[in-house]
Amino acid sequence: MSYAHTIGSVRFTFPTLADLLAKATPARSGDQLAGIAATSAQQRIAAQLALADLPLTTFLHHPLVPYESDEVTRLIFDTHNPTAFAPIASFTVGQLRDWLLSDHATPARLTALAPGVTPEMAAAVSKLMRLQDLVLAARKISVVTRFRTTVGLPGRLSTRLQPNHPTDDPASIAATILDGLLLGSGDAVIGINPVSDNPATVNTLLRLIDHARQRFAIPTQSCVLAHLTTQMQAMDHGAPLDLLFQSIGGTQATNTSFGVSLDLIDQAHQQARSLNRVPPTPDNPCPNILYFETGQGSSLSANAHHNIDQQTLEARAYAVARHFSPMLVNTVVGFIGPEYLYDGKQILRAALEDHFCGKLLGLPMGCDICYTNHAEADNDDLDTILTLLGTAGVNYIMGVPGGDDIMLNYQSTSFHDALYLRTLLHLRPAPEFEAWLQSPHPHQLSLPNLLT
Amino acid sequence: MSPQPKLDQILSPTPNPTLLPTPSLSTATTLDFALRHAQARDAVHTTLALPSLLEALHARNLPTITVKSAAPDRATYLRQPNLGRTLSPTSAEALALSPLPPQPCLMSIVLADGLSALAIDRHAIPLLDALFPLLTAFTFAPIVIAEQARVAIGDPIGQTLHAALTLVLIGERPGLSSPDSLGAYLTWAPRPGRTDAERNCISNIRTQGLDYPTAAARIADLCTQARRLQLSGTAIKEMSPQTPAKTLL
Repeated sequence: MSYAHTIGSVRFTFPTLADLLAKATPARSGDQLAGIAATSAQQRIAAQLALADLPLTTFLHHPLVPYESDEVTRLIFDTHNPTAFAPIASFTVGQLRDWLLSDHATPARLTALAPGVTPEMAAAVSKLMRLQDLVLAARKISVVTRFRTTVGLPGRLSTRLQPNHPTDDPASIAATILDGLLLGSGDAVIGINPVSDNPATVNTLLRLIDHARQRFAIPTQSCVLAHLTTQMQAMDHGAPLDLLFQSIGGTQATNTSFGVSLDLIDQAHQQARSLNRVPPTPDNPCPNILYFETGQGSSLSANAHHNIDQQTLEARAYAVARHFSPMLVNTVVGFIGPEYLYDGKQILRAALEDHFCGKLLGLPMGCDICYTNHAEADNDDLDTILTLLGTAGVNYIMGVPGGDDIMLNYQSTSFHDALYLRTLLHLRPAPEFEAWLQSPHPHQLSLPNLLT
Repeated sequence: MSPQPKLDQILSPTPNPTLLPTPSLSTATTLDFALRHAQARDAVHTTLALPSLLEALHARNLPTITVKSAAPDRATYLRQPNLGRTLSPTSAEALALSPLPPQPCLMSIVLADGLSALAIDRHAIPLLDALFPLLTAFTFAPIVIAEQARVAIGDPIGQTLHAALTLVLIGERPGLSSPDSLGAYLTWAPRPGRTDAERNCISNIRTQGLDYPTAAARIADLCTQARRLQLSGTAIKEMSPQTPAKTLL
């Protein structure tokens, strides 16, 4: 089946659904690198016009990656909820955009809709949306998750305290944790990217966070972002693991390149749940445990993209995420480099697309607003993305001391950036963490007390 | 580290009363960040200081060949990584004409700009001075200086020169605290198509990072092991914990 649109006397044709989506995608270097991007501005708009008239049901009949050979496709099709889909079943992609921006799309209706939306539908409609549309629609959707803190409530902004260090030095990491806590950071998670991906390091760092948390009664959760299998080994050795981390992508081959499968994630999830770190209560019957990271371009980078545009593949990664009811999902939007997102404009668009698509699919979206030094971006771009995501209702952002991650060598949002956003938009930390900040506990914090 | 609260306050054993100060960073801190970002940005876009590099190499009686990758400029280089991994047609021809009889244990050393020409300008010569005395078991092809290059450009270079192994010294992706970090990548039996898993990497070679004698000893150890095992990559275990490659080259 092919797709077409005529502008004047020129007929633009798109031989496949994947090609239509790729050509309709606002310009970005990763799709150009893959050789699938629109080759003229008019071709792009022709594709968007064709996409606007496409019935949403098309996506239920034409998988982008074959059902037989890709477990992410199987997950998307097997878990699609026709009842939830019913209110929009007669819509085209363009009509879905108009509805999302209308008063008919109330927060309650959007929440109920999520299981009926496939990643491809979310990606398709986002390609027709301007930045203000992506902000406005996402703003209506609250996705609230809970471990020790409650993240994603309206009027709240949480942060991941990210105390990375080039040699995993516990004293330096503890000093950064202290710095962040004193600046009100760390209510989404205290999450460390380790240099050494081994169970002993994971165990050491988790114990460091756990000790601090218990000693000062900090309502937060720990995470060490090692490979899933490394965290499983650490749990075998008794590591006090709160949140379980994994990078995921939108095709089976991408996840294979990450060394994971749906089955493996499921096994690890059950193992982490069995630790019973936060016992279920009537208030919190099923604590969210998983922390996923994603980012446009990872499939192409792994040569696992099936000639699908990187934004659609990113939305497909969210299908993997939502299967596991995660506590946190983080699109690490500017980390991958300029061959996928060339400059501040492309990173900004990608951040808002990812946040909107994730929320529409029912995910607790956070964003690592960041850039590398070989991308055409600087702190002005970071501020723009930060401010827009704040207005869009992002669940959480990163907190990196001074905005400079000295281990991963990139720039992200600082503790102060989060304070800026909270001040500007009158956003508050997670309620449990806010209460802690007003308690006597923070006044007892000191480095020796954190380490001993 | 954030300027508020002060580090000495954090390190103090007495409890700290300072909570939630003003959200904005000071002018000095903001400009310091901007300066370090500017240094990293300039490092990405700086070109190799070829005259002084060649002079230093010739002063050591080291023959050289200068090549360019297939990426014509930095903007293309950044957008299309594959071009930085292949030689320009002119350079490929020139390299093929370099007469070299087959020799045992021939090593090809490549100095590549990568994402920081500054790293080569500052660290390549002192590192080579520390390295050559440790590599007496090897013979050497002329040193190849490669512009607009990524790590894998060592593969076609090594293959053309019939090298048993290539050592690519290359500027790593600059961080704010490290605009001039040098990486060393070793590949046994180089040829196009080698994967990153078939290479060994020593990262973070710079004044505030891994010093020259330590880096040279680690590289020499890897070269010796590669020669003994006739391979490189994950099968080789380093004498001390390997610095992970976070360079995205």
